[in-house]
Formats: sequence, structure tokens, C-alpha cells
Amino acid sequence: MSALAALIRRDIRIALRVGGGALIGVLFFLTVTVLMPFAVGPDLALLSRLGPAILWLGALLASLLTLDRLFTADHEDGSLDLIVMSRTPLELACAAKALAHWIAAGLPLIIATPVLGLLLNLDGTATLAVAATLLAGTPALTFTGMIGAALAVTLHRGGLLLAVLVLPLSIPVLIFGVAASQAAISGPLPFGTPFSILCALSLASLVIGPFAAAASLRHGLD
Amino acid sequence: MSLGPYASFIVMSYVLVAAVVLLLIVWIIADYRRQQARLKEIEASGVTRRSGRSAADIR
Amino acid sequence: MKLTETLTDLANPTRFLALTARILPWLAGLTAILLAIGLYQSAMAPDDYQQGATVKIMFIHVPNAWLAMFVWGVMSVAALGTLVWRHPLADVAAKAAAPIGAAFTFLALVTGSLWGRPMWGTYWEWDARLTSVLILFLMYLGLMALWRAVEDPSRAARAAAVLTLVGAINIPIIKFSVDWWNTLHQPASVFRAGGPTLDKAFLWPLLVMAIAFSLLFITLHLAAMRNEILRRRVRSLQMMQASRVTFTNEASSGSGAGNASNEIGAA
Repeated sequence: MSALAALIRRDIRIALRVGGGALIGVLFFLTVTVLMPFAVGPDLALLSRLGPAILWLGALLASLLTLDRLFTADHEDGSLDLIVMSRTPLELACAAKALAHWIAAGLPLIIATPVLGLLLNLDGTATLAVAATLLAGTPALTFTGMIGAALAVTLHRGGLLLAVLVLPLSIPVLIFGVAASQAAISGPLPFGTPFSILCALSLASLVIGPFAAAASLRHGLD
Repeated sequence: MSLGPYASFIVMSYVLVAAVVLLLIVWIIADYRRQQARLKEIEASGVTRRSGRSAADIR
Repeated sequence: MKLTETLTDLANPTRFLALTARILPWLAGLTAILLAIGLYQSAMAPDDYQQGATVKIMFIHVPNAWLAMFVWGVMSVAALGTLVWRHPLADVAAKAAAPIGAAFTFLALVTGSLWGRPMWGTYWEWDARLTSVLILFLMYLGLMALWRAVEDPSRAARAAAVLTLVGAINIPIIKFSVDWWNTLHQPASVFRAGGPTLDKAFLWPLLVMAIAFSLLFITLHLAAMRNEILRRRVRSLQMMQASRVTFTNEASSGSGAGNASNEIGAA
């Protein structure tokens, strides 16, 4: 257990220090959100209607952008080989790495959401709903994205390949995340239905992600 | 057999399916010929398989 | 036990090639006959009282959509073979199936959109089934990109196997979410045909066409697998040529087999 805690602490520290790149994700999130009004026009009514969708898309792309670093840096300096060979089960180590990545790169996105909500003319409930769905949904993005990151690192290909592999898998999270936010703002649906499905997706990816990533690391690194 | 007002859509979809399936078949046959030719070429240059059998022989 | 024996038997690529060479002509012939029967039956099928003659598109749309999912199933079984049993033919089967599956998925999309045009008035409607097939198509393309990203075939096979299995788990989830999303945004779906209410006059041609297309897939898949095995033979021979080592029967045991001995083509 302490090995996993040490791994989590190490990953968070690396991600947050200079050159770590976790905060670049937040900056990217901010930039994408600021770009949207230039594309759709500064109509505040329209922006508040599109707000949850814009924020969700931004968070999805931002978490995808930082995923590239989940295994690459460790692969380059050789610590990934140590993790694979260590006595800690690789599945648990992968889960720990993803958790650390989510804390360092996912949580800042959620903290930034209220500020961006102001820019998009979202009221308090709407901002709260988007932040809650992001809190429930971004773990699913990180844990499914981890599979793509593991595949990409074993193939020495990052970037675009990762995006192409991961984006179709994240469609359910996007659907239910945006649906739950819309339900809280206007929709005829109760907030609970899509939100609980979103939580279920996150829990399922919590199981599937580490196993698939560990399998691809174990089979791919040789 | 009359195809009604939307005959062009029906014919178009059948033609497209036929075209893509034919393309697949042609691609697979061409690929087969190309691999066989390359195997023969390599064997002619003196590299043989460890089993000693011809690589292009599939029976 | 019998099954495992057969599988071990087939693990030998040379034996697989021999078997393929023997049954491919028969399979191709059977496919052609069934396709002819199916096409004749669908031409003779009556018009639907609601859709008119456009219902004829169904006879090629549904088999393609069925194959789009079936091929992913075949690839998932092959992926298990790659990861669990390290079956040498499983890599080949998975790789050969991907482009064929993508082609059938593409056809399902195009015929679906051509079928929808008379009813919707537009080529693309964000209908739940079509959207799911579109996402499946994207996943096929991603898988093919993964295959093309790596040169070493066995390494690519293991990565693709992981992705295939993850996709197999995700496809039902995606299907469910898209259905849910669709009912949220537009409650009325146009595709009322299909399902258990299908008339017998449509069911028979549809069944024959589905079997014919499945046979077509099996034929194409076997032929593509044969090509892939030959391609790997070419690869391993080229590697021998490059390292300028001539293997003879005597020298083959032990030394220098190194890189090539894991390759399927070197068998």
C-alpha cells in the first residue's frame, strides 16, 4: 500500500513542478473556452445555452492533451520498466498513476469551471451542475484515456494516435455528462438519472482501465 | 419489377455495395499475386526457408 | 478436446494454408450461389405498404450492418487468442479482418443513408442506429491506424488486441448511450421496419442475404489471412536476406534463429 502511496505522491509532485505540464491542461481549457465565443458569436443567450456543452468539450480535449504524459516521461527515464517489474501488481500501479494524474490534471479543470462559467453566462445552479458532472465524469475520461496512453507508449507513438483511439471511447461520458448538466438547467429530465449513469460509467472505467492498460504495458514493453 | 419514385437510390445502393465488394476481391487477389511474386523473387536470389520447402508453395 | 486438437493443428500456418487452398474455391462458389438466390429473392420481394420499393435497400443494408458487428466479434475472439493463448494465427486473423470489417461498416453507413434519404428528406439524420454504426466505423479506422503505426507485426498485434477487447466492452455501452441520447433529442424514429414484426415475404430474402454476406466475409477473410501469412514469410525471408545468413536444414537448430524464429513465416 505504501508503495502505491509513494507512487501517487511522486506522480503528483512531478506533474505540478516546473515542466510538469498539468497546469498547461487548465490553460488549454481556458483558451478553448475563450475561443468558442469567437466561433459562435458573443450572443450571451446562445452561449449560456451551449455553455455546458462547451465546457464539457473543453474539459474532454484538455484531459486528452495531458494524457500523453501519463506514461511517456516514465518510459523515457526508465522508471516505467521498474514499475512493471516491481512486486506491486501492475494493475494497481496503473490505477495509482491514473489517480495521481486525475488529481494533478483533472481537479484543476473542475476548480477552473466556475470562472469559465462566468464567461459563458451560466448562473449558479448551471455552473454547479457542470462542475458536479465534471467531478463525476473526468475520472472516466482519465481511466479510459489511460488505455490509449499505454498503447501509445508501447508503440512509441503519442499524440494523434492517442486521440484517435480514445475519443470514440469517451462518447458515452460526453453524452451523459452534458445531458446531466442540461437536465439540471432546463431539461424535463431529473438530474439524477443521467448523473447516476455517469457515475456508473466512471466506476466501470475504474475497473476496465487499469486492467487494459496493464495488459498492454505487460505485452507491449519487451 | 418497378422500383417506384426512388429507383435511383435503390440502384445506387446496390451498385455501391457491388463496387466495394468487387474492390475488396480485386485488392485481395492482387495482394496475393504480389506476395507470391515477391516470395519467388527472394527465393530466386538464393534465400531459402529453414524447412527447405518453397515459401511460395502453399499446398 | 477435439476442438483444441483442431486449433493446435491449425496453429501450423503451412497446414492452415493447405486447408485454405482446398476449401476457398468451394466457399467462393457457395457464396456466389447464395448471393444469386438472395438477390433474386430480394428482387421478387413485394413492396412494403409504407416504404414502397425502398424496402429493397434493407436486403443489403441489414447484412452489412450485421457484419459490421460480427467482424468486431471475430476480431475480439482473435484478440483473446493473441493475448491468452499466443496463438500465432490469431494475430493474422485479427489483422486481416480489420479492413474487411471497415468496408462492410462503410457500406452499412452508405446504404443506411441512401435508405433514409427518401424518408427523412436528408442524407444524414442523427438517427440512433446510424450514429452507432458511424462510431463503430471510427473505431475500425482507429484500429487500422494502430495496425499501421507499428512495423513489428507481433507487437502491433498485442496492442491491437487490447484495443479490440476494450472496444468490444465499450460498443454495447456506446450503443446504449447513443440510443438514450437519441430518445432525449428526437423521440420519433423513422426506422419502423425490422424487428419482430417483419413480414415473412421480407424475412426469407433477408435471411438468405445475411447468410450469403457472412459466407462472403469468411471467404474474403480466409483469403486475406493467406495473404497476411505470405506477407510475413516475405518479411522474415527479407530479414534473413538482410542479415546474409543462409539457413540450411542442419544449421537451423539453435544458433542464429533469433529474431526470425518468432515470426510466423519462418515456420
